[in-house]
Amino acid sequence: MRPDVDTTSIKVGDEIPPLSTPPISRLTLALYAGASGDHNPIHVDLDFARYHGMDDVFAHGMLASAYLGRMLTNWLPQDALVSFGMRFVAISQVHDELSCSGRITERFEEAGEQRARLELSVVNQHGETKVVGDAVVRLEQ
Amino acid sequence: MIDPGFIGFRLPVHTQLIEAGRLRFFAKAIGETNPVYLDEDAAKAAGWRSLPVPPTFLFCLDMERDNPYDYMDTLGIELGKVLHGEQHFDYHQVACAGDRLTFDSRITDIYQKKAGAMEFVVRETAVFRDTTNGEPERLADLRSIIIIRHR
Repeated sequence: MRPDVDTTSIKVGDEIPPLSTPPISRLTLALYAGASGDHNPIHVDLDFARYHGMDDVFAHGMLASAYLGRMLTNWLPQDALVSFGMRFVAISQVHDELSCSGRITERFEEAGEQRARLELSVVNQHGETKVVGDAVVRLEQ
Repeated sequence: MIDPGFIGFRLPVHTQLIEAGRLRFFAKAIGETNPVYLDEDAAKAAGWRSLPVPPTFLFCLDMERDNPYDYMDTLGIELGKVLHGEQHFDYHQVACAGDRLTFDSRITDIYQKKAGAMEFVVRETAVFRDTTNGEPERLADLRSIIIIRHR
C-alpha cells in the first residue's frame, strides 16, 4: 500500500481524486488505435464511419475506460484493484473533454480482507454521462 | 440474426509476450503521467518486477491474436455495426513487462433486444501467466459484451 494514502479511514460517500483529460483529438484516436491494437476503422477512418451511418469517427470505449483506470491507479497501487467494470452508455465524440470521478458506495469484508466498492463515471464537458462503472479495491487492515 | 448455436464457441487460444516499449506507447496514448507506468526504475522502486500492465490493457493484449475480428466473421457480424457495450475485469495478479500471457476465450451468451434491432454477444476470457515452474497461474478473467446495431 502507498504510504501517502490512508485507506483505513475511507467511508461510504467519500470521493476519490478525480481525473480530467484534454479534448479528444483525431490524433488521440490514432495513437490509441495503434497502442491498444484495436484497429477497428470506425474509430479512425471517416469514410468507413460514414458508410456505416455515423457522422464522424468516435472514441474507443476503452479509451475512456483507460482514463478511469488511470484515476484508480493514481489513487491506489494497482494490486489493490480486485475488479473493475464499465458500461458504455453513450459514444464519446471527437472534441469531448472527459472527466472521471469515483465515489465509495460500500465497505465490506471479503476473502479475509477489508474491501470497498466504488461507483465510477465518465462525463464530458456538457455533463453528458459516457461511461458508468464500478470497482472493488482492497484496503489496509 | 446471430445463430445462438455459437454459445459455447471457443476462440483460438493465443499467447502474448508483454513488451515494455508497447506499454510505454499505451501509456503515452492514454496520457499517463504516473512514472510507475513509464519508467522501469520507478516501477521497480515501487515494488514491481518491471512496468506493470495497466488495468484495461489486458483487453488490448487479447486483440493481439492473429485476426482479432475472425470470430465476428464466423458469427456473421459486420464490424461496422459493432459497439462495445460493457467490459468487466476480475484481477487475481498484476502482469508486468516480460510476462507471457495466454488468453482463452469463449462466447458465453447471445441475445437480442428491441425485437432484434440490437443483438448482444458476451465473450468471457480467462488469462493465464506463464511461471518458471511450468504451471500457468490464473491472472485475470475478462467479460466483454458487444452490441450489434441493426437499423
